[in-house]
Amino acid sequence: MNWWSRLWRRNHMEEQLEKELRFHLDQHASDLIARGRSAEQAQREARIALGGPEQVKQYCREARGTRWAEELLQDTRYALRSFRRKPGFAASTVLISALGIGATTVMFTLINSVLLRPLPFSQPARLVVLHGFLEHLGEFWGFSYPDFKDIRQESRSLVVAGWTYTGGTISAPGEPEYVDGRQISADLFPALGISPLYGRAFRSEEDRPGAAPVAMISYDLWQRRFAGDRAALGRKLIFDGKNCVVIGIAPPGFQLSGEADVFTPLGQSTDLRMQNRSAAFVNVVARLAAGVTPNQAQEEVSLIHRRLAREYPKSDAGVRMLVRPFMQDLVKDVRGTLWLLLSAVGLVLFIACVNIASLFLIRAVSRERELAMRVALGAGRGRLVRQCMTESAVLGLCGGVLGIFAAAVSLHPFVALWPGSLPRVNEIRIDWRVLCFAIGMSLLCGLLFGLAPALRVPVHRLEQALRGGRTVTAGSRHLHSPFVISEIALAVVLLVSAGMLGHTLLALSSLNPGLDPRNVLTARFALSPNAMANPAQIRSAWQEVLDRARKVPDVQFVALADIVPMREGENVLNYRTTSNPLPPGQEPFALASSVTPDYLKVMGIPLHQGRFFDQQDREGSEAVVVVDENLAQHAFGRKDVVGKRLWIQAMGAPARIIGVVGHVRHWGLAGDDQSRVHDQMYYPFAQVPVPLLHFFSSIMSITIRTRTPPLNVAEVLQRALRGASGDQALYEIRDMEQLIGASLARQRFLSFLFGIFAGIALLLACIGVYGVLAYLTRQRTSEIGVRMALGASAHDVMWLVLRQSLKMIAVGVGLGMIAALAAGRFLRHLVEGMGPINAATFAMMILLLVLAALLASFVPALRASLIDPVKALRQE
Amino acid sequence: MAAQKSDLPQGTLDLLILKAVAVEPVHGYAIAQRLEQVSGGVVQVPEGSLYPALHRLENRGFLAADWKKTETGREAKFYKLTRKGRKQLDAEAASWQRLIEGVGLILGIAERGAQ
Repeated sequence: MNWWSRLWRRNHMEEQLEKELRFHLDQHASDLIARGRSAEQAQREARIALGGPEQVKQYCREARGTRWAEELLQDTRYALRSFRRKPGFAASTVLISALGIGATTVMFTLINSVLLRPLPFSQPARLVVLHGFLEHLGEFWGFSYPDFKDIRQESRSLVVAGWTYTGGTISAPGEPEYVDGRQISADLFPALGISPLYGRAFRSEEDRPGAAPVAMISYDLWQRRFAGDRAALGRKLIFDGKNCVVIGIAPPGFQLSGEADVFTPLGQSTDLRMQNRSAAFVNVVARLAAGVTPNQAQEEVSLIHRRLAREYPKSDAGVRMLVRPFMQDLVKDVRGTLWLLLSAVGLVLFIACVNIASLFLIRAVSRERELAMRVALGAGRGRLVRQCMTESAVLGLCGGVLGIFAAAVSLHPFVALWPGSLPRVNEIRIDWRVLCFAIGMSLLCGLLFGLAPALRVPVHRLEQALRGGRTVTAGSRHLHSPFVISEIALAVVLLVSAGMLGHTLLALSSLNPGLDPRNVLTARFALSPNAMANPAQIRSAWQEVLDRARKVPDVQFVALADIVPMREGENVLNYRTTSNPLPPGQEPFALASSVTPDYLKVMGIPLHQGRFFDQQDREGSEAVVVVDENLAQHAFGRKDVVGKRLWIQAMGAPARIIGVVGHVRHWGLAGDDQSRVHDQMYYPFAQVPVPLLHFFSSIMSITIRTRTPPLNVAEVLQRALRGASGDQALYEIRDMEQLIGASLARQRFLSFLFGIFAGIALLLACIGVYGVLAYLTRQRTSEIGVRMALGASAHDVMWLVLRQSLKMIAVGVGLGMIAALAAGRFLRHLVEGMGPINAATFAMMILLLVLAALLASFVPALRASLIDPVKALRQE
Repeated sequence: MAAQKSDLPQGTLDLLILKAVAVEPVHGYAIAQRLEQVSGGVVQVPEGSLYPALHRLENRGFLAADWKKTETGREAKFYKLTRKGRKQLDAEAASWQRLIEGVGLILGIAERGAQ
């Protein structure tokens, strides 16, 4: 019979044991009778020979090897029975731990799904990305297409693939719709180690200029436009004016820095930047060849790059090329936030555990007599310790199971709250690792809060405990204070962090964005591919867009811009103040924005000097720029720079500065100060060089100042701008206030969560203080009675209790302050725009905690002062 | 003169039980009887530890047990030696033999030396 059946059939085993021993006794007795003993005498002797039947049975049970499991079952049953006796205690314990474990499980699920689980590619650890690095710019992702091709061709240690962002209108089949796309090199799918769901990936002969247009589509688009029909393969798709044949369906959930619907071969791109070694716009992904280490790959890439830098010093000198793990690159923005939140949630869980532990301790002290009784009846100490631990572990597990359910329910709503995009969001789910984590955590918590009571199992001075003497309680004051102190200290950490985040958020929100965000609408706009045949046609198409938009009711000003403040997208250009070239990497740089004349009026950016662009600044007239105050100060050391000239490499001829405007917080209210790019300049869209016009037309946005709330006009505008062929569309429609709000989304999100955590921590700490003080005061009832009988006033008694709590609060706050300072450093490192710890905020949060804790201790103190000494003494 | 009784050396009970069961399936009481008879009353088998030892040996797979009728018609639990038990018996008996020889040798040498 194996271990399990011995355990499960233990009733049967017991019967057999009983029968076997009975047989032995009877047999022995009858032998003795045969030898002439009386029946009574015989039975007595047989029993003596065998020994105490219960003891023999117990030894036999132990020989079975299932005793501990049986006792565990017994303890569990006992625990459940004792919880039924005190359902309030059990329920509050389970709820508090479910809250802590649920929140921790949600955060761990995110960390597990986003950071820990391997990527859905084959051998994801072998994937790397290549980054460029410039001293003054830091690390950046882009490579030029010629550089990419050279690296791909020369590298032996890497299988190199590239991709770029694109987008366009699908005009057939079905309604016109603007979708995001990616241009990918033919080696991308093999390099990632994935294959299309249906159809095939691009061949290398398709990945070159002039090849027949082909496209792969996303699983979503396939479902949306083709209802998941396999016949979609081989169908025509008119994307961005090109007639492509659909050759493959990407696997569901396939992402390249966000979702995209159409994939086209990078080599077919007619983008002018394809030939330009200075235009860094290709993302490079690579797989390490078999047996190659990342370091070897790095050495090889550096070697290739040194050759490129020698050959093409103008574009490639001064840049370094770095090999970075793919995973690290993918999650670098969220890694810190996720760990931060997990640690915050962990603190909350820990406070919850400490709270429950102190509740358990209080209960254990009041159960001292019960335990002493059991020791007196022969229970071993180990057995009782195990029993205490079982009780708390059962509660912990109940809390854990409830917490897992809570986590499963709240996981997706929480992810939806996440500011910005969370990488791998479609992979987020609860898996076995999360379950193990949650169960493990709840068991650990259970053991943690059962430990203190278990260690208090009485072994000495039993008779004192049995008599219910009060001497035992003297020690429990010292036993309880560590719990209260640690709860307070941890609450201080969370409160101060929340306070700092809140303060930061307030400070950042009150910053001047540098523009007037009220009633401003921004949207990306895709010009009809039909309108982009030649430069003249493009210019007149844009002019028509501006004219039509201006006629929409409630529209005040309209302008085009290639980049919009606080939104993704940037264009950074080098500039000089003299005609002499500087060594590569030494030139100053500025954010450059190509706009139409009304841009300043739309955005409400203040003009400090000179003028902004007008209709006279066009192709062929003198090249002009407008700079912001930072650039003026930085480049010339003064404000009045109108009339000076700037040499901008990308533009050819030097441009004359015709105006100085205010600085706009382009990188977001929080991000602008951290950005490496502080200078800004504007140049007229009308002066964009003809070769670049087509490209610029694909990235222009429309910005509008309205008289009414801006989103109201969006629909009318959308209709007005459809264009002759009806395939022009506004997309990513935002109002400026939304964009500004979104630029603080991370700070707001963290403040919100920390606010909640801090609130819970404060509440739990107060409950802890209240519970422990109420208990201690009750234990001291007779002492207080004596004091009052000897002349102590109600005031003295209150002070007696409050002094006790003040001591704990003071120690807790002291320790908490030290920890909070450390936590503050950690936060500053992680959150953009976070200032050093603000003394006022710090003081306010501590005051809040002290007041709340005092309030919690006031109730027991008051109750103590109302004790009737006569009654109290009579109890003794 | 009554035979002097000695306590059972540690660990030998298992060996004795295995030996007692080796011939044919027997029940617990019979094992106790047999051990007492065969050793001529020299070895005191504590009956209280007999049953835990039987259960332990059964759990370790050295013994197998069956409920069968005795000659008096009552049901009793009969133990018999398994293949694994027989190997164990041989191994333990051999090591016990070596121990006895070793100890006897030492005692013999000591006696000769004293003469």
